[in-house]
Amino acid sequence: MTDIRNITKTGISRRRALAGLGAGASLVAMPWIARAADDIIRIGFPTPLTGPFAAEAKDQVKSAELAVKQFNDKGGINGRKIELLVRDDKLNGGEAATRTLELIEKDKVHAVVGSLSSAVQLAVNEVTRARGIIYVSISQSDTINEVKDFSKYTFHEALNPHMTAGAVARHSFKKGSKVAHLVADYAYGHEMLRGFKRAQAEIGAETVGEILHPFGAADYSTFMPRLRSMRPDFLCISNFGRDQANSIKQAVDFGLKQQAKIVVPVILHNQRLAVGPEVFEGVVGGANYYWGLESQLPSAKAFNDAYRAANGGAIPTDYGAYGYTGLSSLLMAMQVAGGTDTDKVIAALEALKYDVAKGPQSYRKCDHQSVQSVLVLESLKKADMKNDADLFKVVANEAASEKVLRSCTELGFPA
Amino acid sequence: MDTELILMQLFSGVALGAILVLTALGLSIIFGMLGVVNFAHGALFMVGAYAGLWVASLTGSFWWGLLVAPVMIGLFGMLIEYFLIRPLYGRSIDDPLLLTFGLSYVLVEGVRIVFGTDGIPFPTPSALTGVLDLGVGFFPIYRIFVVGVVFVVVLLLWLGLEKTRFGLIVRAGARDPTMMRVLGVDISKVWLLVFGLGVGLASLGGVLSGPMRSVNPEMGSLVLAEAFVVTVIGGLGSLLGSIIAGLAVGIVISMTALFAPEMATIVMFALMALVLLIRPQGLFGKLA
Amino acid sequence: MTSPALAEPLPSSVRKPGRVKSLMTTYRVPLSIIALCLLPWLLPSKALAVNVLIYGVVAVGYNLLFGYTGLLSFGHAAFVGAGAYITGIAIGQFGVPWYAAVLLGVLGGGLLAFAIGALSTRTRGIYFSMVTLALAQLVYYVALQASSWTGGENGLRGFTVNKINLLGYDINFLDPVNKYYVLMAFAALALWVVSRILNSPFGAAIEAIRENERRARTCGYNVERTKLLSFTLSGTICALGGTMSALHLAFVPLDSLHYHASGMIVMMTLLGGASSFFGPFVGALVFLVMEDVFSLWTSHWQIIVGSIFVLFVLFLPKGIWGTFLARFVR
Repeated sequence: MTDIRNITKTGISRRRALAGLGAGASLVAMPWIARAADDIIRIGFPTPLTGPFAAEAKDQVKSAELAVKQFNDKGGINGRKIELLVRDDKLNGGEAATRTLELIEKDKVHAVVGSLSSAVQLAVNEVTRARGIIYVSISQSDTINEVKDFSKYTFHEALNPHMTAGAVARHSFKKGSKVAHLVADYAYGHEMLRGFKRAQAEIGAETVGEILHPFGAADYSTFMPRLRSMRPDFLCISNFGRDQANSIKQAVDFGLKQQAKIVVPVILHNQRLAVGPEVFEGVVGGANYYWGLESQLPSAKAFNDAYRAANGGAIPTDYGAYGYTGLSSLLMAMQVAGGTDTDKVIAALEALKYDVAKGPQSYRKCDHQSVQSVLVLESLKKADMKNDADLFKVVANEAASEKVLRSCTELGFPA
Repeated sequence: MDTELILMQLFSGVALGAILVLTALGLSIIFGMLGVVNFAHGALFMVGAYAGLWVASLTGSFWWGLLVAPVMIGLFGMLIEYFLIRPLYGRSIDDPLLLTFGLSYVLVEGVRIVFGTDGIPFPTPSALTGVLDLGVGFFPIYRIFVVGVVFVVVLLLWLGLEKTRFGLIVRAGARDPTMMRVLGVDISKVWLLVFGLGVGLASLGGVLSGPMRSVNPEMGSLVLAEAFVVTVIGGLGSLLGSIIAGLAVGIVISMTALFAPEMATIVMFALMALVLLIRPQGLFGKLA
Repeated sequence: MTSPALAEPLPSSVRKPGRVKSLMTTYRVPLSIIALCLLPWLLPSKALAVNVLIYGVVAVGYNLLFGYTGLLSFGHAAFVGAGAYITGIAIGQFGVPWYAAVLLGVLGGGLLAFAIGALSTRTRGIYFSMVTLALAQLVYYVALQASSWTGGENGLRGFTVNKINLLGYDINFLDPVNKYYVLMAFAALALWVVSRILNSPFGAAIEAIRENERRARTCGYNVERTKLLSFTLSGTICALGGTMSALHLAFVPLDSLHYHASGMIVMMTLLGGASSFFGPFVGALVFLVMEDVFSLWTSHWQIIVGSIFVLFVLFLPKGIWGTFLARFVR
């Protein structure tokens, strides 16, 4: 397993050398030891390197480093080199807040990019917005769009559940379809459910039943009889991570795939690997990125090729791509702004139109949400996989549009 | 709510309960005989699942995994008892709990280092795939198999404890270890074997659970909580208690799933707290 | 009959403490405060120093119950969390000024400790530990469900304290040094309170219960009431730690209520030494620095921390500070 030393290439060496003196090193690392010349642009990158999403986190780090390297190779921003400071937030809001405080107060970062879980991004957001530091969040969540958590310094580069659920619904349900919902009982689950129901209402599909399951449940057998009895055309499972892997597996065990088509708002690359092609076969879900886009999109091919070159032929995953798109949009804005002046960078981000991996993207003004395409993927059966990485088929690529987002007024912003 | 659904729900509750019984048995036996609360129980369950997967991938057969992994991890459990737990006898009763708590971190991270942090697929053995039509509904054949295995294991355990000489020693040692020593029995050997047995049961649970849930390093955490709940309700150290409590908790969770599914985990802990307050020794346990 | 000659010196637990040790015990609060004043300059970051302050307070408060009364609670994270949530909700949703919010957090946490204590002290031994774990998990699930108050899984936010007004002076609370010393005042207060409790007859009573509950009862102590009082006081101090955390991070994560967090508190206390006043603080310091430093070297730091903990339980049950005191301080 790669450890952190192999992951971070830039900027960790001096810290490591100091820390490497053992516990006593902590006494030695006095804060007034000057860091290198102030013209290095430092960007903090908190990510859950430990915990259940370590694989996704490592992908994000690799992609982010690729973005930084590409800019540095072209001479940096206005001649200044960029340094990525990767920190482990342990998927915990308290840890993330502490790391962000350290990044801002001690390491003097100019901006922060990152986070995977919704809670972590909100924790980071609290710290950055109080101190006027730009934060580009790459965590999938509806909450960060709302006015309560908004700040002019925060930008949300990732998709949100509303977008993905809506896209999946639009490309699966038909008028009169009967949909049964299995939803994880926490904010994210409810956000996905809301996205589905909104789209269902527009299409004319009906909800035949809704079961909320405890977040983190391992056993879904007690929900299966009820779900079967609803006789749905679609079983819509709104959860994430291991919950998704477990619930799909058990739904298949109980024979629900014979009865209904399973759809999920976000189909996760690593969960598909964790459970295998037989279980996931035919499952449809949304995604921000899939490497298979390269046959359709030149920017995807460019990204994939660069990633492959830097990582020994490996392909970028869905979550991994966020590291690249998030950091790229920030660096591009800094380029336009000519440096790290916060207000100039914010203005540049708001005006930015970019296409680095998945088609055209731009930030909506009211909530700083990145308007972008949404992919709808279907998991391939084993026999159809051309190679080990050929996991999904791109069923649809919904073009970027503000119409699939919740309106500014709905989010609480003044009209 | 039609009766078919309710019957089906009861059945799935019993099936769920059987799994809970298996995970609780190991914890209960170790506490009953050694007075040790094994906080690493969930982690060992998880290690068992990985061991089963590993053996199955080496031999190409799930059945070998099922047979070999629990024995392997049971032996590993004996090493744990000998090197880590034994030095703590005579000290505060909290010490083994604390040590096994730290041990669980080591085991989980160790598995992450060796097998990676992602989940690994554990395919259901081909002989057991598919669903069975029970009349009132469909139920996966594999789960019915698991219930069967639990039944056999419980039977063997009961026979072992009641009918064999070793079982007699174990039961007597639980009641009065000093007397056993006076009678010339090497109680430390008994403890070694009992600890190994408890760990073996935990890892058997892991192997059996593999095809039902995704196998990942964190899978033991919830299992530990469930095992605690069942063991406490049934009574720490009581075999019968674990069985009855396991089935009862499974049915309660299942029935809650009909009316308020999001409350399933809360109900479990509320039940545990309630039992501890009214009858701290559980349904069939002995008071500390 | 002649008593056996006391040829060998008495064991240290019975011997009258030597000069250094008694000086250290008498002046433990001022000495601790001096150490705390220097702390932010010795650690890699001020944010880490504040965390040490917070968890030091929590661990010292916890130790009142664990080390001094001899009760292993596995649910103290509930009180830390309660203090944090109440403070955050008071500031964020009710606009209460920060000092009143802190007071509310401490009182609220203390009340919860009283309630859970009343229920759990009815049990003994290992059952006590399990009840505290179960009840604390219930608090966790209630907080998860009551998401309109607590933010649920997303955590509580929206109550950042930018500046505070202390005795007529406006202090920029976002400045890490200012924040540290303001919170240090609270930590000093907590340490002083715990020290006073330990010096009092009540302190003697809880130690008597730890040593031999039956004998304590025979001596006339009301064991149940004493245990409950110790539980409540311990929970109240932990709640203070929680309010400090809320002010520091401007965020309350749901995980702070989980039994893993309770386990972490136990680990810190044991690491530092449960038999001494300042030990838990040292434990919190070492644990947090270890975590911080190790996670820079490897993402597998948990195996290092877990192994160290196992080794401590086996070989150094007195903890770092406890062993240091026993060996070097007479």
